[in-house]
Amino acid sequence: MLTPPITSRDHVTGNQQGSTEIVEYGDFQCPYCGEAFGVVRDMLQALSNIKFVFRHFPLAESHEYAMDAALAAEAAARQQQFWQMHDALYLHQQQLSDALFPELAKQLQLNLEQFQEDMQDNLLVSKVEADFESGIRSGVNGTPTFFINGKRFNGDYRNLLAAVRH
Amino acid sequence: MLQIGDKAPDFTLAASPDKMVTLSDLRGKNVILAFYPADWSPVCSDQMALYNETLRFFERHNAVLLGISVDGKWCHKAFAKDRNLHFDLLADFEPKGAVSRQYGVYKDGVSQRALFVMDDQGVIQWSYLSPIGENPGADGILQALETMTKTA
Repeated sequence: MLTPPITSRDHVTGNQQGSTEIVEYGDFQCPYCGEAFGVVRDMLQALSNIKFVFRHFPLAESHEYAMDAALAAEAAARQQQFWQMHDALYLHQQQLSDALFPELAKQLQLNLEQFQEDMQDNLLVSKVEADFESGIRSGVNGTPTFFINGKRFNGDYRNLLAAVRH
Repeated sequence: MLQIGDKAPDFTLAASPDKMVTLSDLRGKNVILAFYPADWSPVCSDQMALYNETLRFFERHNAVLLGISVDGKWCHKAFAKDRNLHFDLLADFEPKGAVSRQYGVYKDGVSQRALFVMDDQGVIQWSYLSPIGENPGADGILQALETMTKTA
């Protein structure tokens, strides 16, 4: 079961009042998450009743840029652009590097100085780690892992849309 | 499969070409034994890669994690290096599967995907046998360690 349930700390997109709640635990450098990004985008376009949440689950020992990418998304969130950065990171997954983060921030017209300062903020590190720990407690065993209405979805993420429609 | 309350059988196995690990040397620490079928499973869903990230949560409970499979020490060395693992993988290689058999988790030529959590006296406090194709995650281990900390 999803622990804790969706809170005000979470980043929500789709329909805020949606009757179906989907939470993804993801890593911006994980190629399967990159693939799932397209699946989620299609699902949110196809269905209007989805409340979608993304929580960080960076496999930092396996993926060099996973942690910094998560911090970039959180830094962008401080300027109300979490989802724009989330999307940009997945769209540029092949080009992940230290230089990419400020580049994307520029493209999103963020205050660059503030963005780079926020990327160094330990509070954001704690937030990412809290997401990770909640994932462990919720039974996340790899990325991406999805929860539909609080229950872990054990099927193939490519079938997520069908599972939600069902 | 050994059960809660059983004394964990002692063993000495190679963790690398130049390092042996003896279970009883770890008295005073909680020990997590993670038996698994084989090195080199896919990256993102890999159980050992996950545990590599969760070591810091285990350490909070004075626990060390040991992976065990029937792969040889050179195979483990290459796998651990490739995946940047920060814990020991033990080679239950010769005689093949001897320790896995003692714990009752040897089947069809490999260790099953089984978890044991032992207390600091080497007594099994929790165990879990996962379907072989399913990564059991770390939530069960953490809950077991938390329960042990509370009752200790």
